[in-house]
Amino acid sequence: MIGLTDYLILSAILFSISIAGIIINRKNVITLLMCIELMLLAVNTNFIAFAHYLEDTAGQVFVFFILTVAAAEAAIGLAIIVVLFRNRATIDVEQLNQLKG
Amino acid sequence: MTFQAIVFYSFAAWLIFAAIMVISSKNSVKAALFLVLTFASASAIWLLLEAEFLAISLIVVYVGAVMVLLLFVVMMLDVDYAALRQGFVKKLPIALIIAIAFFVVLYSFLTHGEFSAEKFAEPAAKAADYSNIKALGRVIYTEYFIAFEIAAVILLVAIIAAISLTFRGRRNRKSQNISKQLAANKKNRLKIVKVDPVVSANETSDELAVNQSEKQS
Repeated sequence: MIGLTDYLILSAILFSISIAGIIINRKNVITLLMCIELMLLAVNTNFIAFAHYLEDTAGQVFVFFILTVAAAEAAIGLAIIVVLFRNRATIDVEQLNQLKG
Repeated sequence: MTFQAIVFYSFAAWLIFAAIMVISSKNSVKAALFLVLTFASASAIWLLLEAEFLAISLIVVYVGAVMVLLLFVVMMLDVDYAALRQGFVKKLPIALIIAIAFFVVLYSFLTHGEFSAEKFAEPAAKAADYSNIKALGRVIYTEYFIAFEIAAVILLVAIIAAISLTFRGRRNRKSQNISKQLAANKKNRLKIVKVDPVVSANETSDELAVNQSEKQS
């Protein structure tokens, strides 16, 4: 029988995979954005699993808002990438050191 | 094995496979397509958790809108993806170590018994006419109404930000240039020309030419 633990372990695996993705794809901004989307998906799965097992709709409402914010974030992030590519002709994170941060 | 378990394990396997392919594929287009597969299998798992509305909106919002936008940008940018993957193999061991360590910590916490089946029993099956959308809507439009309105404003801000970031305008547009207007003065706008008086009839054309050359000098 599938229990809450199985869903939580699944989202933990997903989150670990996206952490590994952020480390190995540290040059490509687009893949970094995709890894962030994967992380949000893992978090959302956690929320929905708890909402189901606690029989509380609030968890699903939170997922709804996270989806909204994630969509806004993806739109703005992609717009920034387009502007970046237009100005610098690269999306390599390691070459974006103009601010000497 | 129940039907539920079969669905869960098959879609979980797809989910993990697709997520690994997202982070490891050479081509960003391929990664984006595998991300679509990830979202699709995640929405199947959400359906198993009786979050029907969110499962559908994951497909509509993510697969239908965000991923199309992402694919569009990936295909629009002419990026040398091979160069971006330099150091991929070098970073792989440390990434694996960090991910596995993170997962081991989470796993030991999750299987500790806090989330066991005794404490979180499978909830009773809903009635046949139970509507997830109705229940969600009832909460969103009452308890979380202000948060819902703020979410709408966030989407508006995203629209304005995305447009203002990427909008370049027409090349030959005829808009005001305030600094140019303020820098203008009488000298470079107005030219005062002395016009000769009317030439009398007895003057010859030669004299006229002489007169004019004298005036110019």
